Amino acid sequence: MIELLQEYGLAYLYSDGTGLSGLAMTLWLFLASMVLGFALSLPLALARTSRHAWLRLPVQLYTFVFRGTPLYIQLLICYTGLYSLQVVRDHALLDQFFRNALNCTLLAFVLNTCAYTVEIFAGAIRNLPAGELEAAQAYGLRGWRLNLFLVLPAALRRSLPTYSNELILMLHATSLAFTATVADILKVARDANAATFLTFQAFGVAALLYMLLSFALVGLFRVAERRWMRFLDPVRG
Amino acid sequence: MNDLLSHGLQGFGPLLAQGTWMTLKLALLSLALSLALGLIGASAKLSRSRLLRLPATLYTTLIRSVPDLVLILLIFYSMQIWLNDLTEMLGWNYVEIDPFSAGVVTLGFIYGAYFTENLRGAILSVPAGQLEAATAYGLSRAQRFRLVLFPQLMRFALPGLGNNWLVLLKSTALVSIIGLADLVKAAQNAGKTTNDMLFFLCLAGLVYLVITTLSNRLLKHLERRYNTGIKELAR
Amino acid sequence: MTATALPLSTFAQAPRAHAHTGAIKLSVEGLHKHYGEHQVLKGVSLQARKGDVISLIGASGSGKSTFLRCINFLEQPNAGSITLDGQTLEIHPGTRTPPPAQLQNLRTRLAMVFQHFNLWSHLTVLENICLAPRKVLGISASEAEARARKYLDKVGLPARAAEQYPAFLSGGQQQRVAIARALAMEPEIILFDEPTSALDPELVGEVLKVIQTLAEEGRTMLMVTHEMGFARQVSSQVLFLHQGLVEESGSAEILDRPQSERLRQFLSNRLK
Repeated sequence: MIELLQEYGLAYLYSDGTGLSGLAMTLWLFLASMVLGFALSLPLALARTSRHAWLRLPVQLYTFVFRGTPLYIQLLICYTGLYSLQVVRDHALLDQFFRNALNCTLLAFVLNTCAYTVEIFAGAIRNLPAGELEAAQAYGLRGWRLNLFLVLPAALRRSLPTYSNELILMLHATSLAFTATVADILKVARDANAATFLTFQAFGVAALLYMLLSFALVGLFRVAERRWMRFLDPVRG
Repeated sequence: MNDLLSHGLQGFGPLLAQGTWMTLKLALLSLALSLALGLIGASAKLSRSRLLRLPATLYTTLIRSVPDLVLILLIFYSMQIWLNDLTEMLGWNYVEIDPFSAGVVTLGFIYGAYFTENLRGAILSVPAGQLEAATAYGLSRAQRFRLVLFPQLMRFALPGLGNNWLVLLKSTALVSIIGLADLVKAAQNAGKTTNDMLFFLCLAGLVYLVITTLSNRLLKHLERRYNTGIKELAR
Repeated sequence: MTATALPLSTFAQAPRAHAHTGAIKLSVEGLHKHYGEHQVLKGVSLQARKGDVISLIGASGSGKSTFLRCINFLEQPNAGSITLDGQTLEIHPGTRTPPPAQLQNLRTRLAMVFQHFNLWSHLTVLENICLAPRKVLGISASEAEARARKYLDKVGLPARAAEQYPAFLSGGQQQRVAIARALAMEPEIILFDEPTSALDPELVGEVLKVIQTLAEEGRTMLMVTHEMGFARQVSSQVLFLHQGLVEESGSAEILDRPQSERLRQFLSNRLK
């Protein structure tokens, strides 16, 4: 065990000598997918709840496909599927993008988490109290102002518990990155296992790291919920 | 139809069909195992005895904080090593764990933790008076569970059960990583041989999409059935 | 029987004295119940003859509901004995619950009506009434249904209510269904646990009317209640509980001429 940690401790945490690895890589994958997925999900959630079918239906199709298929398949398509197309390889920019495993992985993760997030936010938007929207309209808020200043903030706060759940699942989903040769925690664990045959210890350390990350995230969300969701439960707040 | 499958899919129809069947078998068996574990876990968590509550809490907390893929690899490879040690110690022949059984056991064990939480919440949602009335009218323990608790907890459990089933179904794709010849593996093999990776991967995705869509239909139907007698739905 | 059933104010008319001399049906002796250190019942006894209507009154926390729930073992009493038709269940400190068969026998003979109705929400009115007769008493489906319809009619619900789910009925209707459910067991004694406390004031009358009809039929009933006028009207015996003990008991007359200071206080607080 000590030998394993001496040999692979740094790799588990942040560097395998050639670049970012282990915990740091996992965190980077997580944060990048979260930020991009979140940013992308806001306009899509509004589109998903739009009155116009031409806005609503494409988003609905997108979330249907990405929530209905395994992330692993999505990752395989991004990583090996698309690059098998001649068109992609011939196009300089596309070729550059898809040749990089990290890019492919991030693309799959962002599209996947965004699909789930869109549905979470759209659900919250649909469930906003009609009276509050009416009041906003009565005070002259319309169009993008209504969405930006009222609908989105209200919906985001209310979806915090479900969204935090999705983020934990996404953190866990990042462990798929090793199948695309990205050096995340699980990849280091596999390399360590292959080299030392200390199977249980090698994967056990990985499990422990993910566990700590999960607990830290859960703790952060507790704080966030106390801050941003107090309005729903004034007695306890 | 057969022609289309064998020629349209460049001869990989049967392979893909076998993979689909493998995926379904794996998902359904894991579901059965995890539901059983979930029921046991939920009863343990709601038990008055600390001796039962503590391990159940540990089980759900630990399992749910680690990615399923990490657990699959951890359990699959470690199980083999432990088994080797055991057979060696007993002087038996080498026994290899096949990916299918390992997948069922691992997925069942992992999702058992999620179903435990799901069922525990559902049991707690059933008003105490419902069971009290059943007790007062002389129903036995088994009758109370079958006639009153179960139909009512299904109402609260179904949305979560459905969600967990879909997550479980999609997780079966991970078992191809430890070598199971499931749908994903079949698609990858077909893609490699024919040099048409994208097509076969999309096809596999489509099969998953069909299964999840059908599951959703079935769940909606079940939810309607177990929601009888609830006022909001009558509107 | 001089009083008409309704309006409610008529319940306050002259007390009605029963003179039941029949054999003792139910006898509870020295029932004790504690939750940890807290003594809820400190030795409560009661005797019911056939046809008795016994009202249990007292402030909240006096132990009257707990007493009722101990009689059919919804709460496990810690000591005492319960004798139903000569069969005695002795409870000693430290004894476990009685054997299931014995318990089931007791419970089928004592049907309970709850404060919050506790109708099974996933079953229709008819299914609610038929469940225990079929599954516990083992009578046939058709016989159970006939019973159910008979008692639904008796509690004044229209036949079409049978197919409804409880959530679609008013509180008063739900409680009447619950009474029909109790009647369908054809029990020897009906236990009422504050049957009107959860009802809107305007719905109380319809439920009391049904209970009064049952009293007039000579059914043996135990009733925890806050409706003093009604208790005076129908009771053959009144037990006033205070801090886990019977402070005063007697005919319904004690409600007009309380002997103990505590009952006097309790009654005058009620009237305010």
